[in-house]
Amino acid sequence: MNAALQKAITTLITGMADDALILGHRNSEWTGLGPIMEEDIAFSSMAQDKIGHAWALYRILQEHLGGEDPDQFAFMRAAKDFTCCHLAELPIGSYDFSLMRHFLFDHAEAVRYESLQQCSFEPLQQLSKKVKGELKYHTLHADAWLLQLCRGGEESHRRMQAALDRCFPLAAGIFEPGPQDALLTDAGVYPGEQALYDKWLNIIYPLLVNASLNLPDPAAVAPQYGGRYGNHTPHLQALLQEMGEVFRLDPTAEW
Amino acid sequence: MVKQEHMTTATTTIADIYTALEQVMDPEIPVLNVLELGMITGVTLYEGTAHIKMIPTFAACPAVSYIQQNIRATVNKLTGLPVQVTVDKEVHWQSNRLTDTAKEKLQHFGMAAPQVHEGELRAEIMLNTPCPHCHSENTYLRSPFGSTLCRAIHYCKDCGMVFEQFKPVE
Repeated sequence: MNAALQKAITTLITGMADDALILGHRNSEWTGLGPIMEEDIAFSSMAQDKIGHAWALYRILQEHLGGEDPDQFAFMRAAKDFTCCHLAELPIGSYDFSLMRHFLFDHAEAVRYESLQQCSFEPLQQLSKKVKGELKYHTLHADAWLLQLCRGGEESHRRMQAALDRCFPLAAGIFEPGPQDALLTDAGVYPGEQALYDKWLNIIYPLLVNASLNLPDPAAVAPQYGGRYGNHTPHLQALLQEMGEVFRLDPTAEW
Repeated sequence: MVKQEHMTTATTTIADIYTALEQVMDPEIPVLNVLELGMITGVTLYEGTAHIKMIPTFAACPAVSYIQQNIRATVNKLTGLPVQVTVDKEVHWQSNRLTDTAKEKLQHFGMAAPQVHEGELRAEIMLNTPCPHCHSENTYLRSPFGSTLCRAIHYCKDCGMVFEQFKPVE
């Protein structure tokens, strides 16, 4: 593999892993605060899955692409070196926001991992089979609650629509294009951000219609980009501060 | 010339290693061993060392290193051989790997077994999961997430019991 392709794959995997780690951490903030016990457990379980997926991706970087130890990489980087999207880093807010974020993000991940079933970079192709199966439960959960809340009365529906309006430009930012896309597409690594975005829209649209929600016109929405280039909201810094607090007390400790 | 493999393993066979593996139980579902869970993908003997390949059930399973340690300790104790455990990246775990014995044991443990699926998991598979207590299929999925990553929570409308299921996973 040539150096340019290696760098492009590293960029792709780092973005995916950072999304999973940061949203995993956000999901864990519902532990003990869920509106009902099942939801407390659900968000805690999804947090565990996501952090596991992030770890597996960081491991691929370490084992195949000259990356660092996953713990060091996850806990010791500065905010500007993270390439997660803004959607993942925002605070949990109220439940409607967290649920809508979960719905939009997990369908985006499912589309991405589905496309990676044919990935030419073998370690990522192998991992994607496992992750895809696990994500089924995330989208199943999101779909069920989207329907339930959208049919749960006027206020509930209104809040879900407001959450969608707020989250949609952020979610479009998941698919921020980069200079490496063409190279990755040519090398058969994945179909590129634009193709994934189109596929994602086709999947979420009927689900939103079924829940009586109006998808904002994608052509009229400015996606919230920047995350993949290390430009973040101030919320990321605060999150990293908290997430790495214990690790930084003794970065070489054996756990 | 006798192959090295045979010389150093004259007293221990591959079958003995499998017998030893039957003693390694899952820490979260202690009635099932690693073979019944379908976590073992290969056992070989090479130069007097038992090489065991395993796969975790879930990517984020927190028990993986604990299970690996148990495999090493148990197999070493029962066979006297040094043991090397590695994660097999070519195979991914899916719930269809559970043996029939495992499903029966789950039932007695009060947990519903995963339905057999044909590659692609559909949402409907989570409906009408037979209740492990009264065997009714008049049940519904209450939450796809439970007390561990491998469990879902169901409710039985006939006997009124909440029960857990070992989730079907692709």
